[in-house]
Amino acid sequence: MKILIQNGQVIDPASQTNEIKDILVEEGCIVKIEKNITENADKIIDANGCWVTPGFIDVHVHLREPGYEYKETIATGTRSAAKGGFTTICPMPNTNPVCDSDIMVEYIKLKAEREGVVHVLPIGAITKGQQGEELANIGKMAKAGACAISEDGKSVPSSGLLKTAMKYAKMFDIPVLSHCEDIALAGGGSMNAGPAAQLLGLKGISNDSEEVIVARDIILAKSTSSKLHICHMSTKGSVELLRQAKAAGQSVTAEATPHHFTLSDDFITDYDGNTKMNPPLRSKEDVLAICQALKDNTIEIIATDHAPHGVDEKNCEYEKAAFGIVGLETALPLGIKVLVEGGWLTPMELIAKMTYNPAKMLGIEKGTLSVGKAADITIIDPHAEYQIDPATFASKSKNTPFGGFDVKGKVLYTLVDGNVVVENGVLVEDLA
Amino acid sequence: MLNQKDILGLKDMTREEILEILETAKEMKLRIDDSSKRVNEIRGCSIVSLFYENSTRTKTSFSLAGKYLGATVQDLGVGTSSVKKGESLIDTGKTLDQMGVEIMVMRHSMTGAPHILAKNVSAHVINAGDGSNEHPTQALLDLFTISEYKKSFEGLKIAIIGDISHSRVARSNVFGLSKLGAKVTLAGPSTLLGGSGLLGVKTTPDVKEAVKDADVVMGLRIQFERQKTTAFPDLAEYRELFGINKEILKYAKKDVLIMHPGPVNRGIELSTDIIDGENSVINIQVKNGVAVRMAILKLLYEGGKK
Repeated sequence: MKILIQNGQVIDPASQTNEIKDILVEEGCIVKIEKNITENADKIIDANGCWVTPGFIDVHVHLREPGYEYKETIATGTRSAAKGGFTTICPMPNTNPVCDSDIMVEYIKLKAEREGVVHVLPIGAITKGQQGEELANIGKMAKAGACAISEDGKSVPSSGLLKTAMKYAKMFDIPVLSHCEDIALAGGGSMNAGPAAQLLGLKGISNDSEEVIVARDIILAKSTSSKLHICHMSTKGSVELLRQAKAAGQSVTAEATPHHFTLSDDFITDYDGNTKMNPPLRSKEDVLAICQALKDNTIEIIATDHAPHGVDEKNCEYEKAAFGIVGLETALPLGIKVLVEGGWLTPMELIAKMTYNPAKMLGIEKGTLSVGKAADITIIDPHAEYQIDPATFASKSKNTPFGGFDVKGKVLYTLVDGNVVVENGVLVEDLA
Repeated sequence: MLNQKDILGLKDMTREEILEILETAKEMKLRIDDSSKRVNEIRGCSIVSLFYENSTRTKTSFSLAGKYLGATVQDLGVGTSSVKKGESLIDTGKTLDQMGVEIMVMRHSMTGAPHILAKNVSAHVINAGDGSNEHPTQALLDLFTISEYKKSFEGLKIAIIGDISHSRVARSNVFGLSKLGAKVTLAGPSTLLGGSGLLGVKTTPDVKEAVKDADVVMGLRIQFERQKTTAFPDLAEYRELFGINKEILKYAKKDVLIMHPGPVNRGIELSTDIIDGENSVINIQVKNGVAVRMAILKLLYEGGKK
């Protein structure tokens, strides 16, 4: 099967390519990237006016399988990813049972091969059962294909144990992805501490609850010389800590989510559970700091923290509502609308944060468009303007605060290993 | 006329709506002492109370207010209902809605719970206290009590002292009093003031400063049940530094009103002699609570938006 992608604006951060070229795909691989390829192909995709980019990589999603299949499954989650332009996603280990063994890693990989439509690279837990007491089988998980370890959803409370985990993970050259939250400081709050929470009478989550752990984890990564990646940065203080560490030469990376660079806490004016996430939407000042950090590349990765939840887990008492929103199908349009249109990033920079940079952080051979590489490709109409409609999501869950938002930029095609999974914005299997 | 479907908080109420409730409460109060004056004005109105959190005075007060007006009042008995079987708040609300309930009175430990209920039922919902958010009927009875003793709210100096950060009473009072032109100062240990400074009123850890020239001093109960970690070393220290006693009251105006939403921790937030002293209107607040709730039930039933 030969596929020819014609006349697209090829944006490849690794080679800094940004020009109109054709791409020829054969047997699942990219075989040519040139101007005016004349070869015959079984399928021709007219990418005129579109961006042709490496398939997106999301280092932070929740696929909920096994254990919470009513929220999402590997089948639905990977379809949601494909529609959002993602060809590789990394599910966090907080499933039931927790992904804390090689058996679990194998299981998720097998399930993904059988039922998924994009690449799935599982993330293993740092401690057994995410209980914060004993190390999980980090080595066996790494051998089985875990791309990183994380305790996502919480921090490892014991600094000693985390330090051991960092040292240990280093042997297998996998990064530690750190959810930074001091539970005592977060104090059971359900939104950002500030005037908006005060008006609603909701208990606030202060910035220091994140920053204290960001500081701790940066210090521990330094003393162990290990690879640390900080998840969903949400505060100005966290950005400052990271900037300081980088200036001192430490190799630490970080991600920001689309909701944290788009919305501030004053967006929350009632008790709609779809505005509840952890970390919470922060102040305008924090949002600006996140955008600035994306611009100056202090934060080099955009990740969604795609967190599906059932309707009843959101449509209930706000304090009882589950934390998290779905994000795979809204990431790109929010990135274009807020970061590119807003003048923070060039298209090349945005794409780098969703492709090459996450691949580099994980140390995987993905995220670039080059001859000989697997054809994981995303084609985007950057001019399409529309309203986000959660009913159209392929994700099993529709928990998003972005319903009705006017956005720009639509994923038209997603190719995974040279297979067209999404065509004209629709899953190919739905077209049949 | 009260042009709302629900009474969820004073934050969203207009000055006019507040004044109308206070005005109506005046007449209602006459009916409490004289049973011959009780008219079945809202006969046929079906009221159900849902208390997800303990209460004596608010629940009884609502119940009597409804009965004095001829309504049918029923308590769901949350502890013995399907709520204990795990029924969701929305489902419980919809079930009651189908049974023809016109007014639901709800107390809940979580902020915003009555708002969620209100969105999902056609009945009027009255918030009888939600988490650390609002307790509108308490604030309205406080306002009514103040209005009985003071000519106008304009420029009135009100000191609210105690566990501010956990207090829905303080918050509702801040919203209400500010709308009526009174000047509120919130006082208590810095660890219990929370972010209340963001509400646009003065806050201070100095009780004397708060009480100085006050027309009203309102004590708040230390809410041990809402404190996850200790905000002060012990009760003795609290009493010494933040308790209101005769000594401190010397700084207030002569005709200062002493108020407290109850239940009182006697000898902690207020000294016993003050609670029982001549400036105390704490018991009158309780009676006024029934009057104000009668007014709200009547106004909602007769004029509230459906």
